[in-house]
Amino acid sequence: MSETRGWRSWVSTTDHKRIGQLYFYTAFAFFLIGGLEALLIRIQLAKPENSFVSAETYNQLFTMHGTTMIFLALMPLSAAFFNYIVPLQIGARDVAFPRLNAFSYWVFLLGGLFLNSSWFVGPLFHAGSLNVAPDGGWVGDANLTERQFSPGVNIDFWMLGLQILGISSLAAGFNFVVTILNLRAPGLKMMRLPVFSWMTLVTSFLIITAFPVITVGLVLLMFDRFFGTHFYVASAGGDPVLWQHLFWLFGHPEVYILILPAMGIVSEVLPTFARKPLFGYTVVVYSGVLIGFMGWGVWSHHMFAVGLGPVADSVFSATTMLIAIPTGVKIFNWIATLWGGQIRGSTALYFAVGFIAMFIIGGLSGVSHAVPPADLQQTDTYYIVAHIHYVLFGGTVLGLFSGIYYWWPKMTGRLLSEPLGKLHFWLTFVGMNLAFFPMHFIGLLGMPRRIYTYSPDLGVAKLNLLSTVGALIIGISALVFVFNLWRTRRHGAVAGNDPWQGATLEWATTSPPPVYNFTVIPTVESRLPLWRGEHHAPMAPLPATPPQPIHVPGGSWWPFVTACGLPVLALAPLTHTLWIAFVGVAILLIGIYRWAFEPFEV
Amino acid sequence: MSHRTSLGLDNRKMAFWAFIGSECLLFGSLIATYLVYKGRSVVGPYPHDVLNIPFTSISTFDLLMSSLMMVLALAAVQRNDMRWAKVWLFSTALLGIFFLCGQVYEFTSFVHEGLTLQRNLFGATFFVLTGTHGAHVSVGVLWLLTLWYRALRGKLTAANAMTVEITGLYWHFVDVIWIVIFTVVYLIQ
Repeated sequence: MSETRGWRSWVSTTDHKRIGQLYFYTAFAFFLIGGLEALLIRIQLAKPENSFVSAETYNQLFTMHGTTMIFLALMPLSAAFFNYIVPLQIGARDVAFPRLNAFSYWVFLLGGLFLNSSWFVGPLFHAGSLNVAPDGGWVGDANLTERQFSPGVNIDFWMLGLQILGISSLAAGFNFVVTILNLRAPGLKMMRLPVFSWMTLVTSFLIITAFPVITVGLVLLMFDRFFGTHFYVASAGGDPVLWQHLFWLFGHPEVYILILPAMGIVSEVLPTFARKPLFGYTVVVYSGVLIGFMGWGVWSHHMFAVGLGPVADSVFSATTMLIAIPTGVKIFNWIATLWGGQIRGSTALYFAVGFIAMFIIGGLSGVSHAVPPADLQQTDTYYIVAHIHYVLFGGTVLGLFSGIYYWWPKMTGRLLSEPLGKLHFWLTFVGMNLAFFPMHFIGLLGMPRRIYTYSPDLGVAKLNLLSTVGALIIGISALVFVFNLWRTRRHGAVAGNDPWQGATLEWATTSPPPVYNFTVIPTVESRLPLWRGEHHAPMAPLPATPPQPIHVPGGSWWPFVTACGLPVLALAPLTHTLWIAFVGVAILLIGIYRWAFEPFEV
Repeated sequence: MSHRTSLGLDNRKMAFWAFIGSECLLFGSLIATYLVYKGRSVVGPYPHDVLNIPFTSISTFDLLMSSLMMVLALAAVQRNDMRWAKVWLFSTALLGIFFLCGQVYEFTSFVHEGLTLQRNLFGATFFVLTGTHGAHVSVGVLWLLTLWYRALRGKLTAANAMTVEITGLYWHFVDVIWIVIFTVVYLIQ
């Protein structure tokens, strides 16, 4: 029943490790596409009054760059590690719902393809151009997105694509909440759980609570665009600000959905390469949980320019500054972890330390937006673009790369090249600072974001050129990384079970792990089971072969079939064709019923 | 399903509670939208022009009774009394269908009185909120009829009690949400 080779085995797989790899390669491809869009944006902005791309195409480029990086690259790259690493870290054979896990991946892939197909399908909609990609900005502010102001299919693609992707995230969220709470190995109490798994849990809770809110925002927009309601139309009594509330109620927790997994990765990498337990484990965990809670109380700091009144502005300003406290606590704990450690300067550690430094800069500019009078000067300028990139590139991307260098040997059995890795790190580090640091000044000097060109009189031409050079260096660094991945397939050093002398359970099994993960489910007696503690000897090695036969769930085709129903369903409103909706629902129903009643034992 | 779990709670049941938590945010956002736009329609019909509290009280009572049937169905499945389980499962679904018929009637009469999605903010918020709830009831009816059909064919036994329990969680949740909607939309005008 379960095949192990060929494309059929990949489409029907329910193995968390294979799904993790699928997530990684797909999300990385989208990361490169999003990066290409960024390069085109930077080429356009390299000099004043440039005409490399048209204004319309430029709008599509920055919208798709933001949407792609957030929903198709960073979140799913985190999900790749949730999938591959979390079951290993908690000593489980798989996630709680392997088929739901496969479903999440296929929905993500199909949703991503659906969104990106908008680059090529203009002629099908008689649009007069090849590309009809979304063009309303990644925050999709109403009432720009109303049919009256955006008559084409561009916004339809965005709105429907995000609804599809939301289903993928929600399904993964439920799965990992249950997996982490319920599938832990014997003795692995919550306060022994590795910090990466803890942050995955917090992230999953944020996903299952935040995504319904944006779903409602998008559904209301869908009714406005397709059925003529007036949810965001001021002339009918509606309020465009409602969209901003719904979007940012989701959007701010989303920021933590993007950063908490990277914080978890860094909290794994630093202790391993400083050869010291994480400083203040309990405080780091509680800070992460606190950030998760407080992330729900700050959304209106994205909306100071709306004019919500002094009370709302003061409250959201205060909560925003408060959230810097648990974040700062984490940073001090990471630095204290390094202090006095036996530091081994691996690429993973370089990226982790780079994460701390860059995230501090992003955090500080973030606190400067927490002050409403200052924020009013910064809103919708390049200063905000600088901030978001220090947080999401300097933070999330560097953190994810740290995780890739750290866990790649576990996932493939081979170590990535360290010299190439260091080259990759330095190019990334120099490139990102050249690209994003000048944006602080560009913004404060008055250049608005989301504008396809600027006047030479603004005095930002040289800074913009510098930023473009930085972006090109980041592009080169990505090529170095891809070469490193490709080279490692054959020439990487063989890793063995535990190349870094890590402390957590994923290093107790082989690299890559067998399909059943552990020959025997380990029993955990301390927070760092593979290290010698004050009261604990390191865990005994696992037997090389399973002493008893292990049941491995067979694959299933139905998650894939069910996932196919969603983009088909989305085609119905896109093309204004009712019968396609029935086809989509039929595929969904067939998939769900076959899924529910096929024999499948976890 | 006899796996040991860390918290001693069935995996599917825990996932379903997480799902219900997520659904609370979905309905919470829709109800908040309804409340924010309350009294902001620029043209009629307004809520007091169309809402028929006696009629909706009856369909609310009908949905509450369906929750009772659901409890009886689960109790019957748990004691492996499949004859009564079939009766109660079907009754639950039937009361759900009655509720949906009431909603179809209500929507139709509102449209005849001039309240449409496009007419004003009351129409838009009312139809999207109650329509989303109705869609949830429809899924529940389909789910219950599926269980009933499997019970008829002898494929539902006490071994599936957890499946019925989770169905019950869903059904009671949809019922509770209706109580909130009934209070917010109909009773507090």
